[in-house]
Amino acid sequence: MTIFNDIGRYLLMIKGMFTKPENHKMYWKEFIHQCTEIGFGSLGIVAIISVFIGAVSTIQTAYQLVSPLIPPSTIAQIVRDTVILEFAPTLVCIVLAGVAGSRIASELGNMRVSEQIDALEIMGVNTKTYLILPKIAAALLMIPLLVVIAMALGIWGGRLAGTMSGIISGNIYDKGLLEFFVPYNVIFALTKAYVFSFIISSIPAFYGYYVKGGALEIGRASTKAVVVSCILILFADYILSALLL
Amino acid sequence: MIEVKNIKKSFDGKVVIEDVSAVMKAGQCNLIIGASGSGKTVLQKCIVGLFEPDHGEVLYSGQNFTEMKGEQKTEIRKEIGMLFQGSALFDSLNVEENIMFPLSMFTKDSHKKKLDRVNEVLARVNLTGVNKKYPAELSGGMKKRVALARAIVLNPKYLFCDEPNSGLDPQTSLVIDKLIKEITLEFNMTTVVNTHDMNSVMEIGDYILYMYKGKKEWEGSKKEIIFSKNQLLNEFIFASEFLQDAKDMRMLEETGKIPNHRNMDMLLDKETPPIEDPSGTE
Repeated sequence: MTIFNDIGRYLLMIKGMFTKPENHKMYWKEFIHQCTEIGFGSLGIVAIISVFIGAVSTIQTAYQLVSPLIPPSTIAQIVRDTVILEFAPTLVCIVLAGVAGSRIASELGNMRVSEQIDALEIMGVNTKTYLILPKIAAALLMIPLLVVIAMALGIWGGRLAGTMSGIISGNIYDKGLLEFFVPYNVIFALTKAYVFSFIISSIPAFYGYYVKGGALEIGRASTKAVVVSCILILFADYILSALLL
Repeated sequence: MIEVKNIKKSFDGKVVIEDVSAVMKAGQCNLIIGASGSGKTVLQKCIVGLFEPDHGEVLYSGQNFTEMKGEQKTEIRKEIGMLFQGSALFDSLNVEENIMFPLSMFTKDSHKKKLDRVNEVLARVNLTGVNKKYPAELSGGMKKRVALARAIVLNPKYLFCDEPNSGLDPQTSLVIDKLIKEITLEFNMTTVVNTHDMNSVMEIGDYILYMYKGKKEWEGSKKEIIFSKNQLLNEFIFASEFLQDAKDMRMLEETGKIPNHRNMDMLLDKETPPIEDPSGTE
């Protein structure tokens, strides 16, 4: 029964976010702050992960393509499609669920426990609108951008690893990238990124906003938020792949 | 003025507040006192609307707050300032930004005007030169004063303080108590303070409501509390022998006798017994 109770409260929280802001300027300021936190705050880890994912993809694909009948440019095609379709949106978003998601849950949890949310309520501020909506809006803007950056860096990382290890030359890699390119794959990846962004921001916000207790409960809520977000990302990944591909 | 009528609140079937009524007048400090777990914080949260009471009404200047929705409730809340037990300052904002927050959210004043107001309320709580400090850099007493400054920055009609002295030394507690009292009188606010600190009760209490196990056990003024015959109240306020002595001394001064079996001579000539060294050494 707890799960239905949680789903109900989650939906009510989402509904409660959509009220008229008390002061547009303050909400805009909060939105920009969240864009900085979620976007720039996660850029470093996203860049590192993307480059290495691309590099490992190139080496492992080359390792498995042992037939001389398959042209080396195929390595670039496989790396490109794997990075665009799966690694950039899904893996990066799972990492972001840990980085940005835990930050959102612990920030709101700390605000709840230290009565900062109550203080805002007393002032007459709609806390769901002021604290949660800018986070979700910022995630919807910044995470797809991070996914696009991850795509580019992943493909570049594959090229770097390929040329440095002598698996494939730069020219052949570049040629392979242009062969059989399906633009729809990018649209599919961005669709996934938008869905995952909503999960990454709203689920931790829910667990953080409704936390009860002290520091221990904030930690538990943060962990639970990341775990549930990751499971939902993988579930949504499967559903979207089955529906859109 | 705030009127509380037959408030009842329960959590998971457990009744925490039962049939509490009170009238809290403007320009005076109304204290809700009681032991930990007696329901005073829940009562205060029901009054400010953080908890929805199961039954009863809360009236702010005659307007039924419990029946209000959305916008109407927000309008009343703009007239409420609250000092929380843990200060509830926003960690990511400095002192100036914390106090300026309600002004930025609800007024269209220029930055200079807002800054002037911030400095004005900071001066009012006797705190200057801390504008750029973050809450983590402040002492407990300073945090309380900043929170008080934030609570009064919009000139509220109602001021709520939840355990304003918790975690503070007696001297700082006195400073906070005096500030609350002065501000109440200066701005003719209706102030509601939750406390179990008897020093505060005697310092600032104009109207006192004693809660016991979720019910209103006693109400009256600070003068009446000393002479109260309510056994539960007496057990609470004179839990310390020193306070009992203080009460007896006052009774002695005012009436010339102490109406109990305590030894008057011992009270008047009381000496602190020597402390024995448990180790047995000199």
